[in-house]
Amino acid sequence: MSSAEPLFEARDLVKLYEVRRGVFGASAGKVRAVDGVSLAVARGETLGLVGESGSGKSTTGRLILRLEKPTAGQMRFDGEDWSALSGGRLRAKRRDIQMVFQDPQSSLHPLLKVGDQVAEPLRVQRITRGRAVAERVAALLADVGLSPAAADRYPAELSGGQRQRVAIARALATGPKLLVCDEPVSALDVSVAGQILNLLADLRERRGMAAVFIAHDLAVVARVADRIAVFYCGRIVEEGPAADVVARPLHPYTVALLAAATASSSSGSPRGLVLAGEPPSRVAPPSGCAFHPRCPIARPRCAVDTPPLEERPGGHAAACFYAGELRPVAAGGPPV
Amino acid sequence: MTAPLLSVTDLAVEFARGGRWFPAVDRVSFEVERGEALAVAGESGCGKSLLARALIGLPPDSARVSGQVAWEGREINGLPDEDWERLRGGRIGMLFQEPGAALDPVRTVGDQIGEAIRLHARVSPAEARRRAIERLREVSLPDPESAVDEYPHRLSGGQKQRVGLAVALAADPAVLIADEPTTALDSTIAAQVLDLLARLRRSRGLTLVLISHDLGLVARESDRALVLYAGRIVEEGSTSEIFRAPRHPYTRGLLACQPRLTAGSGGIRHGRFAAIAGMVPDLFERPDGGCAFAPRCPDRFEPCDRSQPPLFADGGIGVRCFLYDGRTADRGRRAS
Repeated sequence: MSSAEPLFEARDLVKLYEVRRGVFGASAGKVRAVDGVSLAVARGETLGLVGESGSGKSTTGRLILRLEKPTAGQMRFDGEDWSALSGGRLRAKRRDIQMVFQDPQSSLHPLLKVGDQVAEPLRVQRITRGRAVAERVAALLADVGLSPAAADRYPAELSGGQRQRVAIARALATGPKLLVCDEPVSALDVSVAGQILNLLADLRERRGMAAVFIAHDLAVVARVADRIAVFYCGRIVEEGPAADVVARPLHPYTVALLAAATASSSSGSPRGLVLAGEPPSRVAPPSGCAFHPRCPIARPRCAVDTPPLEERPGGHAAACFYAGELRPVAAGGPPV
Repeated sequence: MTAPLLSVTDLAVEFARGGRWFPAVDRVSFEVERGEALAVAGESGCGKSLLARALIGLPPDSARVSGQVAWEGREINGLPDEDWERLRGGRIGMLFQEPGAALDPVRTVGDQIGEAIRLHARVSPAEARRRAIERLREVSLPDPESAVDEYPHRLSGGQKQRVGLAVALAADPAVLIADEPTTALDSTIAAQVLDLLARLRRSRGLTLVLISHDLGLVARESDRALVLYAGRIVEEGSTSEIFRAPRHPYTRGLLACQPRLTAGSGGIRHGRFAAIAGMVPDLFERPDGGCAFAPRCPDRFEPCDRSQPPLFADGGIGVRCFLYDGRTADRGRRAS
């Protein structure tokens, strides 16, 4: 295996969902939830997926985790054909790729004690047995900043931040190489969210773990990720090093997301760019570039042809015929 | 001299446990003048939504409410239900977090706006329908003539929030109470709704009471702000002054926690996130006697555990912290 091979790589992922009319109704069409997504995560790297609801970022996360089967496309993980693995080989490999979800309330079992939940993956993956389990659980709880006494509590007895720490301990139990985090702090108060984000950063660094960090909040993703992929309507419309994407956005949609994120973080600033309209129907998306009906710089060509994701120098790519033309507006200071 | 639009004195909302009453909203006093935008800011569990419900006379059944709330000089305690009905909706409009929370799923948009109009004005059904279309146009719902016959489930989240606003404004209220009006919306849609709210405030001279956890929103959309912690106002005053120089250690911490996109090369990457140690205390486990924020406070000193600080005045800002008590301040570590 060459060292240049990424830890995880996906090529041309597609996920279609059938939409039916009524319970037994005929097919009313197909939703292209993920529409030709390619991405790669290097060892130890954090890739941020950002976009609004329905943009396909969470479905992409579920495909990466193999919680769902892609309609088309290939995935390689850690030197193996991840999309083709099945049965015992798949189960065994799952220890290397773990997840943390938005709502620890629903991802933890309400009737099981914290210690049992953290121990479960250890038992299932036959990593630790007998007395060693309790020690390992205590060590994992300590890793996420919880006292050993937490093992005897039920999820309902913990705060939201503590529950998310338990979910992280559980994800770390098998020593994964890749952690997929889907909106890990969006259910938490901002004063607690920082604690969890710092914890995730420390753990990644200490363990050299790679991560896919999925969130709607560009300000958070920009700080967490090495690279960012911006999703719109099932596709990646911009991708590149986090600092570049934020400082020199190429796609008009990224410019609008930045305007919304900048506006919400500065006081007394004018509202920058406000996009008209809403994300389009996923059953019958617009022709050409899916963003063209809302795009402030769209031209006739945009309604006809679909722009490919084109890479520019510095590993910064955008799917726009007029990439870089729309500049961020200054909002209460110099442009970001 | 006319009475303020809204005047609140020593308002408390309490819940019982084990024969004791615990205040979720604790002796809150403030006034709202006509035309201004007042923000009530705080994290979950600070009592901001309970405060909003008490203001419109809809506290939870299990709660005990005390203190005075007067709308345009009229004390609302003991107001007959029918007078309340007329006040609520007639003079006060409500907009909720969940788009469509106030909408009836089995009735058309036009029916619901029309009903709200006819509750407060004697008009024919045809006239109510005409006015409903007018309201929908005012909130920029696309194609209001056909949208008036739609059912709520046919609308997107952003459209439902616009319809919710049309219902709230149906009877031309003097004040709009908006409880987390954009929290459930995607950022580009939230920007549209905020734009619309700002426009309506100007065109209608509407008074706004904005309840929000989002300090960015508070900074941009309000003239004055109250910061709540554990049911009490910990800081109050002009929004621009609070954001220019936050006084209370909690406000300072909360502002530092806001995820922001900051300028600078590479400065955005892998920075530590600010956080406040610990968490908001549970209603039934708040510290007895001392300042409720003391256990999390970086500036805690002797007086903080002995008694609850009153509101001290500091340059036009009210701040509930002993750092601003002339007699003890020299002993505390005050931010400069």
